[in-house]
Amino acid sequence: MTIATFIADNRGGHIGLSSPRADGPPKVHGQARYAAEYMLPGMLHGVPVQSHAASGRIVAIHADAARAMPGVVAVITHETAPEQEPFAESDDAMAKIMGAKPMLATDRILFHGHFVALVVADSYETARDAAFRVEVEIEGGHDALNFGADQAYAPAHVNGGYEADSDEGTFDAAFAAAPVKVDATYDTPYEHNAAMEPHAAVAEWQDGRLTIHDCNQGPSACAVAIANTFKLQPKDVRIVSRYVGGGFGSKYGIHPHNMLAAIGAKVTGRPVKVALSRQHTFNGHGHRSRTEQRVRLAAGQDGKLVALAHDNLLQTSTHDEFVEQSGILSRLMYEAPNRRTTHRVVRLNMPTPAWMRAPGEAPGSFALESAMDELAVALGMDPIALRLANEPPIDPETKLPWSTRSLRACLEQGAAKFGWSGRKAPGANRHGRTLVGMGVAAASYPVLGMPASAKLTLNPDGTALVQLAATDIGQGTYTVLRQIAAAALGIEEEAVTVEIGDSDLPMTSGSGGSFGLSSFGSALTGAAEAVRARVVERAREAGPLRGVNDDDLVFDAGRVQRRTDPDAGESLVALLGRGGAVVESYDYKPSDAKEHYSMHSFGAQFAEVGVDMDTGEVRIRRLLGAFGVGRVMNPRTATSQVLGGLTMGIGQALTEETVMDPRWGQWVNRDLGEYHVPVQADVPVIEALFVEEHDDKVNAMGTKGVGEIGIVGVAAAIANAVFNATGVRVRDLPITLDKVLPGLPIAD
Amino acid sequence: MQPFTYERPNSPEAAIAAFARQPGTRYIAGGTNLLDLMKLQLETPAHLVDISRLELGDIEPHEGGLRVGAMVPNTQLAADPAVRARYAVLAEAILAGASGQLRNKASTGGNLLQRTRCGYFYDTARPCNKREPGSGCGAIGGHARIHAILGASEHCIATYPGDMAVALQALDATVHVQGPNGPRTIAFDAFHRLPGDTPEADNTLEPGELITALALPAPPPGRMRYRKVRDRASYAFALVSVAAILHVEGGRVASVRIALGGVAHKPWRARTAEAALLGQPATQASFIAAADAELAPARGCGTNDFKIPLARRVIARTLSELAGDIA
Repeated sequence: MTIATFIADNRGGHIGLSSPRADGPPKVHGQARYAAEYMLPGMLHGVPVQSHAASGRIVAIHADAARAMPGVVAVITHETAPEQEPFAESDDAMAKIMGAKPMLATDRILFHGHFVALVVADSYETARDAAFRVEVEIEGGHDALNFGADQAYAPAHVNGGYEADSDEGTFDAAFAAAPVKVDATYDTPYEHNAAMEPHAAVAEWQDGRLTIHDCNQGPSACAVAIANTFKLQPKDVRIVSRYVGGGFGSKYGIHPHNMLAAIGAKVTGRPVKVALSRQHTFNGHGHRSRTEQRVRLAAGQDGKLVALAHDNLLQTSTHDEFVEQSGILSRLMYEAPNRRTTHRVVRLNMPTPAWMRAPGEAPGSFALESAMDELAVALGMDPIALRLANEPPIDPETKLPWSTRSLRACLEQGAAKFGWSGRKAPGANRHGRTLVGMGVAAASYPVLGMPASAKLTLNPDGTALVQLAATDIGQGTYTVLRQIAAAALGIEEEAVTVEIGDSDLPMTSGSGGSFGLSSFGSALTGAAEAVRARVVERAREAGPLRGVNDDDLVFDAGRVQRRTDPDAGESLVALLGRGGAVVESYDYKPSDAKEHYSMHSFGAQFAEVGVDMDTGEVRIRRLLGAFGVGRVMNPRTATSQVLGGLTMGIGQALTEETVMDPRWGQWVNRDLGEYHVPVQADVPVIEALFVEEHDDKVNAMGTKGVGEIGIVGVAAAIANAVFNATGVRVRDLPITLDKVLPGLPIAD
Repeated sequence: MQPFTYERPNSPEAAIAAFARQPGTRYIAGGTNLLDLMKLQLETPAHLVDISRLELGDIEPHEGGLRVGAMVPNTQLAADPAVRARYAVLAEAILAGASGQLRNKASTGGNLLQRTRCGYFYDTARPCNKREPGSGCGAIGGHARIHAILGASEHCIATYPGDMAVALQALDATVHVQGPNGPRTIAFDAFHRLPGDTPEADNTLEPGELITALALPAPPPGRMRYRKVRDRASYAFALVSVAAILHVEGGRVASVRIALGGVAHKPWRARTAEAALLGQPATQASFIAAADAELAPARGCGTNDFKIPLARRVIARTLSELAGDIA
């Protein structure tokens, strides 16, 4: 793979420019329409009814009172829902995303809060009131709700398609023989994505074709999955998702809210909106699994790791398997000749866990990078020096060379900018009644590429139209695709229209896994190169550039002109006057580079915390993340992405925990008053820097993705900073004051 | 939310009469708590009497102190120059609570009537003696991180969640109410109540009684402070809070008021600690001893055990800061 010429040339300066957000004005002006804002003629409102038991079977759903209410049109249950393809558990990664996910399809209760009926009425208020009046009679089952190793099993694969276990060398012997060791268990809690926009969909059936206005990160995949569920052809389902108010993984593909809207519309013959309440969302899309992670590290006195083991216990549901891949980071971060990782999973009567920003790496890095800090303490070594001492020249797992690995630069440049040299011994930095400490952690996230297609039209008036089923969930897709098209065609960004968020457009895999831009941007880059080739061809056929060598032609300022003589050329408008618009489509398939290179982003997270000596309250004073993510297409949007990740990392570190009560299986805290995401006051000065990194292996843009790396390692950096501040090691997230308090002396 | 009827009378008398006319009536002022509870069907009033535009919005001098109308918004009360100058602990407490938007809407009277944030109270599928008397307590044996360590009963371990009321408890405020049987005043300590075997009653208001004002007596001498300890820096309820007013003369405690939030079914006046401190040296050792005396009967239920040492530390720290002997 080589970098596309127009990106390397970057004549208009668009690539790498902090272009203002293309979606900014419509959002500020209220013109950006979100799913719940669609009001279709005759539209009804659906509100789900939830199970108050975690298992068992539905004996009866008593809905007469609800049905009798004026305005109630239907109460749909498993007895009245349309026929759907049954759910079939599969280990296949694609089947997990594209397979049928029927709703209201069985009398089996899968978890507490399971949506078991849908009330459809002429107003949201009536539907909601009626939903409260539906009584679900359940014949008791046997709840499996206790998270523990005794019922755990070894899955075939973990999320992302990785092997569950890895084993190299002789861990046990090497660990036993090593002079310096860490053996510690780290716990992370259930968490929810808590996107600002609660999940909502408006569904309409017209002549057998289903259209859903949805908040979806992956409309193409969603259309296929919903088609499979209703036994339709994919072309008979259209998912429109122009604007998405945050997702963090929770809005990728088929979900209860979009299926319920489709079912409601099918049964009533009218458009139906299902807009989940915040409380509903806690059972509406999965969650991040709780984890229990035992990490064992062994090193020589020089800090060189000789053995590393990372054993993980995760939760999945009784009906499906999703295994958070929290151990995979330990397969590649550090050189250690004897390495072992395992994942075990326990099936509980709970929702199936799902993707939440950096699944695997986010909790996994807390364990591994806390353990590295503990090892540094045990060795009396600076934690940055310890990490640098264990930099692997090639991927220790696959033995492939790195496409690029900038961890060293991230650690060094980050340390310089953060003022790491000012770090003091644990407990030695006191400001009044506040103990101050610094911590560091390393981060990594894989570079993923997915197939994607794009269509680019260069209109006769010199404007361009970009069309593909990509999504902008806040990361800047509208903005960066516009930059790519403008750069390719040598036109102003304002002359580019970007049409995305519609499964009727050329297929992409949407936004997820940090693969968005790297995948759909590659498709657009391919389409752009094809359009450029056609334009060049046309320029060389006639007009002032006739017969000029194509490598002497450049696109600049709305013209095609000679590189060596810019005055020689013609405007795009004049050129397109001969033969009209140029339209090209491109189907991008990731290259086989991943078979030859290990491709990952790397980063280093730095935290400075203040811990109140009397209360144990931990507050962030400063955060800095340094990242090697390949080419940064737009520093404004890329920085915003990683700062969002850092902010979410503050939540992971200090406050976020969804509590499940094992007596009944319900989430106890189901609103943003008690599920504590960071608020403004929790987020002081946070900074991001991108180290210079040129990677011509990953794709034609040289981009690695910035969606998730920002959160990876933040919790460990904060936990390590808390240790540096207080001498208290918290191995159990979130780091609430009750975990710190017992280690703090009381003032006398 | 269930359908309800609504009216907006133009005087307290008319509001009280309206309340009496129809069963299932609730007063609504800012609605910052009641509307949430209605959406979740924890409260299902048939009729709302809107008192938000009654002329109860003045702050005026009163018997050497202040009289605060029940409809004064939290924001205005916290910003009032006389409050800031003479009752700083009250301004601090108000600003430590909720968010700017909520404080703009929330009224002084309504703030006292916030209901608990217990996760089992909020879940209609679970037992809760406060929501449904006789159904049991879901919090006992469950997730009770925010729950009471003082004055709880086997029927309820919920906490009163507010901040403002904790300062009012320390300031010995009086609640002025008007009801079907005329006006009366309620000492602040007698306004909120402990759960006992009737946790459904948060306070001692009689049906139809309307809070019209709060009276703040002249503040006691000394320095005052509100310290709130919580899980995030803003928009979180207190795990423990302390409102304290301390006057030191010649190195000894001449007078002291201490109220605690987040520890009980009501804002907790720490009278045992106050009594223990009077005349004692204003030192950390005295403050810790007083906190220990107050907390001697404190009991946790597992997930909230940490509140006992936390309260001890926060009491001592706050008093030490007021005494000026700590860095």
